[in-house]
Amino acid sequence: MTGAKALWATLANHGITTVFGYPGGAIMPVYDALTFYPEVRHILTRHEQGAAHAAEGWAKATGQLGVCMATSGPGATNLVTGLADAMLDSVPLLAITGNVARHLMGTDAFQEADITGITLPITKHNFVVREVEDIPRVLSEAIYIARTGRPGPVLVDIPKDVQLAAFHGELLPPLPRRDALKPAPEVVERAQEVLRSARRPVMMLGGGALDAAQEVTQLARAWNVPVSTTLMGLGAFPASDPLWLGMPGMHGSVAANRAISDADVLLSIGMRFDDRVTGRVNGFAPHAQIIHVELDAAEIGKIVRTHVPVRGDAKETARALLAGAARLEHPEWDAQIAEWKSRTQTPDHWGAGYAIKAVCDRLTPDDILSSDVGQHQMIAAQEARFEKPRRWLNSGGLGTMGFGFPAAIGAALAEPGVRSVVIAGDGGFQMTAQELATLKHANIRNVKICIVNNSFLGMVRQWQELFHEKRYSEVWLGDSNPDFVKLAAAYDVPAYRATTADDLPAAIDAWLDDPNSALLEVVVPNEHGVFPMVPAGAALYEMIETEPGRTPDLSDEMEKAAEEANNA
Amino acid sequence: MSSHSRDPQRDQLLSILVHDEPKVLTRITALFGRRGYNIKSLSVGQTEHPGISRMTIVVNGDRGVVEQAIKQLERLIDVVKVIDHSLEKFVDRELVLVKVAITPETRVEVRQIAEDFRTRIVDVGRHALTFEVTGDEGKITAFIEQMRPFGILETMRTGRIALTRGSNADIATHVYHDGETQTLKPVVEGVEAREERARHVPNLF
Repeated sequence: MTGAKALWATLANHGITTVFGYPGGAIMPVYDALTFYPEVRHILTRHEQGAAHAAEGWAKATGQLGVCMATSGPGATNLVTGLADAMLDSVPLLAITGNVARHLMGTDAFQEADITGITLPITKHNFVVREVEDIPRVLSEAIYIARTGRPGPVLVDIPKDVQLAAFHGELLPPLPRRDALKPAPEVVERAQEVLRSARRPVMMLGGGALDAAQEVTQLARAWNVPVSTTLMGLGAFPASDPLWLGMPGMHGSVAANRAISDADVLLSIGMRFDDRVTGRVNGFAPHAQIIHVELDAAEIGKIVRTHVPVRGDAKETARALLAGAARLEHPEWDAQIAEWKSRTQTPDHWGAGYAIKAVCDRLTPDDILSSDVGQHQMIAAQEARFEKPRRWLNSGGLGTMGFGFPAAIGAALAEPGVRSVVIAGDGGFQMTAQELATLKHANIRNVKICIVNNSFLGMVRQWQELFHEKRYSEVWLGDSNPDFVKLAAAYDVPAYRATTADDLPAAIDAWLDDPNSALLEVVVPNEHGVFPMVPAGAALYEMIETEPGRTPDLSDEMEKAAEEANNA
Repeated sequence: MSSHSRDPQRDQLLSILVHDEPKVLTRITALFGRRGYNIKSLSVGQTEHPGISRMTIVVNGDRGVVEQAIKQLERLIDVVKVIDHSLEKFVDRELVLVKVAITPETRVEVRQIAEDFRTRIVDVGRHALTFEVTGDEGKITAFIEQMRPFGILETMRTGRIALTRGSNADIATHVYHDGETQTLKPVVEGVEAREERARHVPNLF
């Protein structure tokens, strides 16, 4: 047996069924050995970044480990964006890279990069395997680290000669999982005491609460506490529940942001107070005593002042807090929240918001919705109604354009019986559009791509409009976008297009009813903003609730300017 | 940023026990570098346990920053334990080599001062004497100030090293006492022990 075979045998022992990757010189022995392990399915993406995001999509949809693989040098560096993304969103990810033979390491050999050095700050941990006998041990450790505690990406780098070396060691079973961290009883008591005193309570749930959705939902209902779910926490609490306030933060709901700003007790579970959530920190929940339930000690007190720090697993802590639940009555608070909720506007005129709402309205609670990054992401987060966790995949922390489509592919493979819908912008989709080929290669039939095409890098344009006096610097894509329907056709993917509100319902029907993976391009007006919006540097209560006056459509002007530039 | 970051900047002394792995030093220093905090001195050496090294780091910053850095350090897989010396009594030392210019007129005086400081002469030249000074920061600073008028040609400092005093040492040796196997155990147990220790987050804010 070679080191390469020991690698596949170990992965198989760990129940890994699917690996996303791309071969190359320094990982060829591993790909050669793959032919002996039919129990592991390898999905050939068309770029290593696609492999990393697909593995993330797999992990985000299932909560299980995602695995991606690349060769040395450029293959490995192409994984970097996916690793950084997984780090910021706490995604359990195993990345395996080949490297040049040991005697060449450090000599600037062909396709050599110090990938463990490069990924130091964007992985939870990484390893170089220098002895073939270490392969099973290191992989077991890597998988353990990736999945244990706060999950994260772990990279294992294996020199080519180690892959080829004869392996005489022992194959290891997975390491036993550790028990979930229970919070200290006295801290739980303190938190309950503070909760009992609340007259205007709010609960905030982040991505760390997803796997405790049932428990935190019970907890909120038992204490009668209104709940806001962060971008990463959408689905941790059912959107249909009257207690749900919506998403907080920069593009959060009026109800969530006002309630947080007025709350006297804030119970936050599994979230890290990202600056997109808090707005200006010294204006964040200024009247609230903050109870912070968090597994990672380094997150407690990192951004906001915490009155009751609770170190513990979300599920265990929710159970513990539930045990002493006392239903809070706060009719005035409820009335105030109802008023804030009534300020929510539904998009009623043709535009990105209208189109995305129409798509979201057609989703079932089982569908997985991925988004890319930008205006459409924020609109989808505002409009989609998630009833269950792990149905919403997006790049929250890193904000990675190009994430959505490959992530949807990963999710589609993880749950082949489920519709995997992705909403992307015309900008982000083109960053990983080559993965259209992966649909055919892996015969994936349940990915539904919706491109909301406003011919702009919409979010950047919105900021330029608001903060740079409409100097639209390098955000106009309309002069050079491809014909997305033809692009899909080139990859043998059926595609549909809608350009008006009247076209849309039939186009959505045809797109969703297509037995194959399919693409829908929705062409929308160029200049729509995402609102509500908390401007960068402002406090949540300083949010702009509605779009400040419709802006004239500048697309004609931009087109003219582009034409002139082309003629010049 | 943090509401608790208004304390005055001062030197903070940390000891960090780490697995002796490649890149561990980079992991540690990168953590400080990322936040823009300058490490004033850093000393690394082996410990009594095979495979475990010990670092003493002096970093200038406010308490909030250092508390945050400690939590981030404890999160690193290769870190076994972080000791914050501001919470405990400790002894610290630094070794410095100082090369002082001498002339026939100053030679005796320089030697006399050096003797008063209980330094050792480690090299004698016609125009210079090199002294080895050990001590705490105060003593070393004082010695250098005394020598400055004569002309300091070169100095090299090892950086401070520190140990908690025996009366309150709490180093959990069982955490990493696994010298024979050197395999997975220290890593996993290290993680678990950290989790256990960190359960009771002190209410410092």
